[in-house]
Amino acid sequence: MATTTLTKADPSVEYAARLEHVSKSYPGPGGQQLVLDDISLDVAPGEFVTLLGASGCGKSTLLNLVAGLDRPTAGSISTDGRPALMFQEHALLPWLSAGKNIELALKLRGVPKPERRGKAEELLELVRLKGAHGKRVHELSGGMRQRVAMARALAQESSLLLMDEPFAALDAITRDVLHDELTRIWAETGLSVLFVTHNVREAVRLAQRVVLLSSRPGRVAREWEVDIPQPRRIEDAPVAELSLEITEVLRGEIRRHGQH
Amino acid sequence: MASTETTTAPETGSVEAGLDALETAQSGRTPFRKTFVDKIVPPITAIVVVLVVWQGLISLKIVDDPTKLPSPSAVWDAFRNDWLQGKLLGYIWTSVSRGLLGFGFALLIGTPLGLLVGRVRFVRAAIGPILSGLQSLPSVAWVPPAVVWFGLNNSMMYAVILLGAVPSIANGLVSGVDQVPPLFLRAGRTMGATGLKGTWHITLPAALPGYVAGMKQGWAFSWRSLMAAEIIAQFPDLGVGLGQLLENGRTASDMAMVFEAILLILFVGIAIDLLIFSPLERWVLRSRGLLVKS
Repeated sequence: MATTTLTKADPSVEYAARLEHVSKSYPGPGGQQLVLDDISLDVAPGEFVTLLGASGCGKSTLLNLVAGLDRPTAGSISTDGRPALMFQEHALLPWLSAGKNIELALKLRGVPKPERRGKAEELLELVRLKGAHGKRVHELSGGMRQRVAMARALAQESSLLLMDEPFAALDAITRDVLHDELTRIWAETGLSVLFVTHNVREAVRLAQRVVLLSSRPGRVAREWEVDIPQPRRIEDAPVAELSLEITEVLRGEIRRHGQH
Repeated sequence: MASTETTTAPETGSVEAGLDALETAQSGRTPFRKTFVDKIVPPITAIVVVLVVWQGLISLKIVDDPTKLPSPSAVWDAFRNDWLQGKLLGYIWTSVSRGLLGFGFALLIGTPLGLLVGRVRFVRAAIGPILSGLQSLPSVAWVPPAVVWFGLNNSMMYAVILLGAVPSIANGLVSGVDQVPPLFLRAGRTMGATGLKGTWHITLPAALPGYVAGMKQGWAFSWRSLMAAEIIAQFPDLGVGLGQLLENGRTASDMAMVFEAILLILFVGIAIDLLIFSPLERWVLRSRGLLVKS
């Protein structure tokens, strides 16, 4: 299997992403609405971090900031190059075939034309979609589309992959399979991953570290190191046990909002 | 790769292959017989019914005046004579070449105009409403001023075609650009497609369905305005197109020739749509999965 095209995290860089006292507010009906409040967070090279929170915790806002699609109101964000971003929707371009979607990412990165086709094939093979190069996006199933989207994100060769609830719209079986694939690809490539979700078990299943955000405004409420060995399954007892603990804290956070 | 076996449950790959196979849509070609019965038989039936009713009106002497309603065979003879004299293709070519050339110019003007209106807020506020208003102005209205401005020549024909087609093409592109899903633009930006690269790789291809719809409407408008121009502007040097043929038939009180001209105008309009614009539209929509086989 060809993984030579992928960047291993550079050990000389001490973080893949560093957020220092990041705040973000938007103009709202009653003046400025604070969405994110003083968030400081490091993602180490090769680390898998999940950001967990209920609605209104500003998870997606935070990812947009890290991706450089938006600017923080206060604080600073530094990343090692431009991060790749995967959305809940596959966001593949429907006028291009699966392979051409990947080739576009390569082209925009400046990969010369003769190399693109081969690299795209390698990336498709990495997500176990060998032979899907010429397939149209609408001919693929939801899970296959997300794998093509993953291959396209990997084509950017960033050392940091941002994922915004990428499996939320998939059925449970497909999601399990994609968890396995993501874990495998993460281990093979040495990527750093910042993965946003509201699914506690998913967070525990995937991550080395789970960061819980409180809601309105989003603050870092607590962090957990997950030292359950991979491969894990979402049904494993230690995963369930830690999930239960985190869920209790999350519920406590949510409960606070009903009290006033 | 060694790490694969240590991090993945061994059956993942096979489960995945099974899911992929289960969830991939099966596709195949429609058999010709079905296409024939569904798509070809109904219009032929309609034409036959029209011909029968037409012949009935003549045979039963309900309309008994060849200067008002010629018989189908008289119209057929008009076609046959023009064909045998080698004039039929000349009429068609005169009009079609004008129409397509004018439409080509309209594309060259309407496309940058549409992009400008779609992307530059000031331009949109300034001329956007006028542009969509112009679509509801019958392009025949441009014939008299065009005759005054350009005289009785081909430039006048092209001017009328342009004024008919440019607003449709530009508006189609504007609505196409407006309907580009913001998600595509975000995805493009994370890959580094910003500015001109973003327009070329994301906005333009995403706007293609609206653009093609605008082109289709633009062609219908240019064909109509061209026929109006040809009927109104008679001049020997202009050559005989389908509009002139129609007007010649009227002045000669030759109803068969009038019917011949009308049928040709209809036929050419439909043929260009069927041969160029409909396949283009179907291809654009089908390649994006926007057209479901019925």
